[in-house]
Amino acid sequence: MEIGLNHYLVLSTILFSIGLVGVMRRKNLLMLFFATEILLNSVNISFAAISHFYGDLTGQMFAFFVIAIAASEVAVGLGLLIVWHKRHNAIDLDLMSTMKG
Amino acid sequence: MELLLYTALFAPLVGSLFAALFGASPKTLVTGVVTSLLLGVSLVASTILLIFVITSGQFVHVEMMTWITAGDLYIPFGFIVDQISVTMMMVVTLVSTVVHVYAIGYMDHDKGFNRFFSWLSAFVFSMMVLVMSDNFAGLFIGWEGVGLCSWGLIGFWYQKESATWAANEAFIMNRIADLGMLIGIFLIYWNTGTLQYHEAFAAMPALENATLVWIGIFLFVGAMGKSAQFPLHTWLADAMEGPTPVSALIHAATMVTAGVYLVIRSHELYALIPNVGLFIASLGAFVAIFAASMALVNRDIKRVIAYSTLSQLGYMFVAAGLGAYWVALFHLMAHAFFKALLFLGAGNVMHAMDSELDPFKMGGLGKKMKVTMIMMTLASVALAGIYPFAGFFSKDLILEAAFVEQHYIIYTVLLVTAGLTAFYSFRIIALIFHGEERYKLFGFHPHEAYKFMLVAMSPLLLLAIIAGSFKLSYFEMVTNLLPAIEYHIHHPLTYWVITLGTQLFVIAAIFFAYKKYMSKSVKVPDGTSAMEKSFFYKLLINQYYIPRFYEEYLVKPYRELSCVFWKHVDQKVVDATVDGIANVIYITGENSREMQSGNLSTMLKWMVAGLVALLSLAVVFGLATRHSDKIMLILSGLGV
Amino acid sequence: MFEAIAFYLFSFLTIAMFYITVTTSQALYALSALAAGMIFISAFFFILGADFLGAVQIVVYSGAVMALYAFGMMFFDTTRDVKEKKGNKYLITGLATLAAILVVVIVSAPLIGENISAYYPMTEGAGNTQEIGMVLFTKYLVPFELAAVMLLVAMISGIVLAGKKMDLSLTLMSDREIIEMREEKNKKVLL
Repeated sequence: MEIGLNHYLVLSTILFSIGLVGVMRRKNLLMLFFATEILLNSVNISFAAISHFYGDLTGQMFAFFVIAIAASEVAVGLGLLIVWHKRHNAIDLDLMSTMKG
Repeated sequence: MELLLYTALFAPLVGSLFAALFGASPKTLVTGVVTSLLLGVSLVASTILLIFVITSGQFVHVEMMTWITAGDLYIPFGFIVDQISVTMMMVVTLVSTVVHVYAIGYMDHDKGFNRFFSWLSAFVFSMMVLVMSDNFAGLFIGWEGVGLCSWGLIGFWYQKESATWAANEAFIMNRIADLGMLIGIFLIYWNTGTLQYHEAFAAMPALENATLVWIGIFLFVGAMGKSAQFPLHTWLADAMEGPTPVSALIHAATMVTAGVYLVIRSHELYALIPNVGLFIASLGAFVAIFAASMALVNRDIKRVIAYSTLSQLGYMFVAAGLGAYWVALFHLMAHAFFKALLFLGAGNVMHAMDSELDPFKMGGLGKKMKVTMIMMTLASVALAGIYPFAGFFSKDLILEAAFVEQHYIIYTVLLVTAGLTAFYSFRIIALIFHGEERYKLFGFHPHEAYKFMLVAMSPLLLLAIIAGSFKLSYFEMVTNLLPAIEYHIHHPLTYWVITLGTQLFVIAAIFFAYKKYMSKSVKVPDGTSAMEKSFFYKLLINQYYIPRFYEEYLVKPYRELSCVFWKHVDQKVVDATVDGIANVIYITGENSREMQSGNLSTMLKWMVAGLVALLSLAVVFGLATRHSDKIMLILSGLGV
Repeated sequence: MFEAIAFYLFSFLTIAMFYITVTTSQALYALSALAAGMIFISAFFFILGADFLGAVQIVVYSGAVMALYAFGMMFFDTTRDVKEKKGNKYLITGLATLAAILVVVIVSAPLIGENISAYYPMTEGAGNTQEIGMVLFTKYLVPFELAAVMLLVAMISGIVLAGKKMDLSLTLMSDREIIEMREEKNKKVLL
C-alpha cells in the first residue's frame, strides 16, 4: 500500500475543513486563533508533500514562510487581543460589533 | 491688429462676466457703467480695424487656438476681420454701446439691473463671435449664443407669464430653424471636408448642383429662423415682451440681421444657385408686404416697429437673393441705425407712459417730449426712405436693384410696401405725438426721458441722417469681397421718373397718415367702428390668424401627443423600468443589510461563502479555458 | 508498509487533536490539543523527508507559538467554559468542506495536469538541511530577509500593544481603583 500525493492532499483537505469549521463556529477570539493555526498547518502539509513528490524544494520554502507569517500573526494578534481584553474585559467575538453598518 | 481684434471681441465678455458677479445683488450703477465703457472700448477697437481695413484693403485673420482636431476634422477658434465682418462689427458695437448707455437710464428702477447688463454684454460677445468667426462652427456657436441671450432677455421679466412664453417661443422656433442650419453645415462638411469659409467656398464650384441647392436651402432655413422670415416669423412680434433696449439691440439692429449676414457671407454659394436666390428674394418680398400689412392696424407701438423690422428684413433678403449683396449689407447697416433709434424713442414713450403701448391712448405727447418726437420723426423719415436720409440710399437701391434685374413683380411689391411703410410709421408718430391729448383720459403724467439717454441716442440720429452719404466709400470697401454690381437705371428719364415717383408716393402716404390720425375725431377704438368690423381689419389684427393656426394645428396636437407619450410611454414604460431597477437594487440592499450586522462571526461566515464562490468561479473559468475548443464545438452544434 | 502505518496513525492523531481543538469548550484542552497536533504534523514532515522543516515546526510551533499562547492565556480568564455559538452546523461544515476541496483542487490542478517541473531539484547526496540552506540563501535570500524584518516588526508591535500599563496589577488594586481606572479608560475611548 503505497502512500501517494493524493493521501496527503486528502489529509490536508480534512484538516483545512476542520480549521474552517473552527473559524466559523468559534466565538472566543483565542479559539479563533487556534483555528487559523490549523488552517496554516494543513496547507503546510500539502506544500511539504508536493515538494517531496516532485523533488522540488520550493514547496518547503513556502512552508517556511508560512511558518514565519504564522509566528508574526500570533505575536501581533495576541498583542491586540490583550489590549482588547484589558479594555473590555472580554474576548467574545459577538461583542465586537463596532463595524455595524 | 490682432490685439485690437481680441480687444473688440473679448471686451464685451469681460463686461458680461463683471456684471454677472453682481448678478444677484440689487442695482449697482457701476455694472452699467463698466459694461458700457468696455463696449466703448470694443467700439473704438472696431473703428480702428475698420480704418485699417479701408485703408489697407487687407484682412486681419487670427487663429486663437485649436478647438477640435479629430481625424480629418480640424476646427480652430479662428477669427477674421474682413470688409463684411468689420461692417457688422461696427453696427453691433455702435448700436450696443448706445443701447447700453441708454439702458442705464431705462432700467433705472429695475430690480434686475445687473443681470440685465450681464445678459446684454453676453449677447454682444456672442454676436461678435458670430460675425467674426472664420468658419461655420464658430458662426454656429455665436448663432446659438445670441439665441440663448435673446431668450434670457426676452424673458427678462420672468415674473410675467407672457414674457416667459414669448422667450420660449422665440427659443423653440429658433431651434427648429437651427436644425436646418446644422444640417446645412453638416452637408458642407460632408461634401467639402472643411468648415473654414474660404476653403469650403473654394471647393463648392466643383460640387453637384443638387448638393449645392440643398446646402443653400438648409442654410437659409437657419437664416429664416433667426431673421424671422415667414413662416417662422411669429416669435419676433412676441419677443417685444422684453425690455425696449433689448428690442432695439437684438430684435431690430443686430441679431435678426444675422440671417442676412449668413446669406451675404455665403454669397459665393448662393451665386452658384441663382434659383435659390430667386426664392429667397421672392420670400423676402412676400414677407416685406406681409409684415407691413400687419403693421398697418396693430395697436402696440413696439409691435408695429417689430413688423416694420420684419418688413425691412424682407427687403434685405430681396437684395441678397437678387445677388446685390452689398446693397443688402448696406441696408442692414442703415436700418440698424434708424430702427434702433425708433425703438429707443418708443422706449422713451413707454417710460413716459408707464409702459402703456397703445398709441390710441396717447396723442399730443409732442408738447411734453419734443426731443423724442424729433428723433422718432426723423427716424421714421429715414425708414420711409425720403431724400437725403439713410433709408433713401439703401432702400431705394434695393428697389432699383429689383428693377434693373427685371423682377418687376418684386419691384411692384416692394414699391407698395414702401408706401405702406411710410403710412404705418407716420400713423404711430401721428397717434403718439400729435392730435388730441387722449392720455389725460387715462390719467397718465408723461415726462421726457433723462438727458443722458437722449444724448446717448444722438449718434444714432446722426447716422440715420447721414449714413447715406457713405454709400460710395462703403461700396468701394465692401466690393473688395462682394460682387461689385452697380445698379443704375441707364435711361436717365426712367431713373428720374422712378425715383421721383417713389418719393412722391411715399410722401403722399405720409401725408395721408398725418391727415387721418391727427384729426380730432381719433378715438380709442372700442370695436364698434365700421373699419374694425371689416374682414381685412380682423384678418390683419389677428396677424392673418397664423399664431392661432400654429396654436390649433401644431401646438395643441403636439401637446396631446406629448400627453399620450407622457402618460403611456414615459410613465408606464420608461419610469416603470427605471423604478423597477431602483426597486430591485433597493430590495436587494434591504435584504442583504442583514449581512452587515457588525457581528464578526457572521462576517467570517460570509467571508468563507465568498471564498467558496470565488474559488468555484476560478475552477469554472479554468475548466472553460482548458476546454474552450470543445465548448465552442458544442455551442456551434447548438447553432449559436 | 511502515510508511503507510505511520501515515495513517499520524493522520488519525492529527485529525483527532485538531477536532478536539475546534470542539472543546475548555481553552486549556484546546491549547494542549493544538500543541499535540502541531507535533504530530511534524511527523509528516519527517516522513516526507523534510527533516529541517519538521524540526522548525516543533521549535516554532510547539515551542514559540504555543508558549506565546500559553502566556497570553494567562491574561484571560480561561477557567470558565467557552460558550459556543448556536448556528447551522451543517451549513458550517458544508461550507468548510467545500472551501477546502476547492482550495485543494486549485492547488493540485497543475499537478494532475502534470505540467509542472522542478525549479530547484533536490541535490543528490546532500542532506535536507544542506539543500534548504543552499536554496534559501541564494534564490530566496530577499524573501528570507523580508520575513526576518517582518518578524522583528511583529515582535515590536506585540511588545508595544501588550506592554501598555503592564506595571499595574489588577489583583493588587482595590475595587474602587479599578472602577476609576475603567471609567477613565472609557472616557478615553469615548473621546
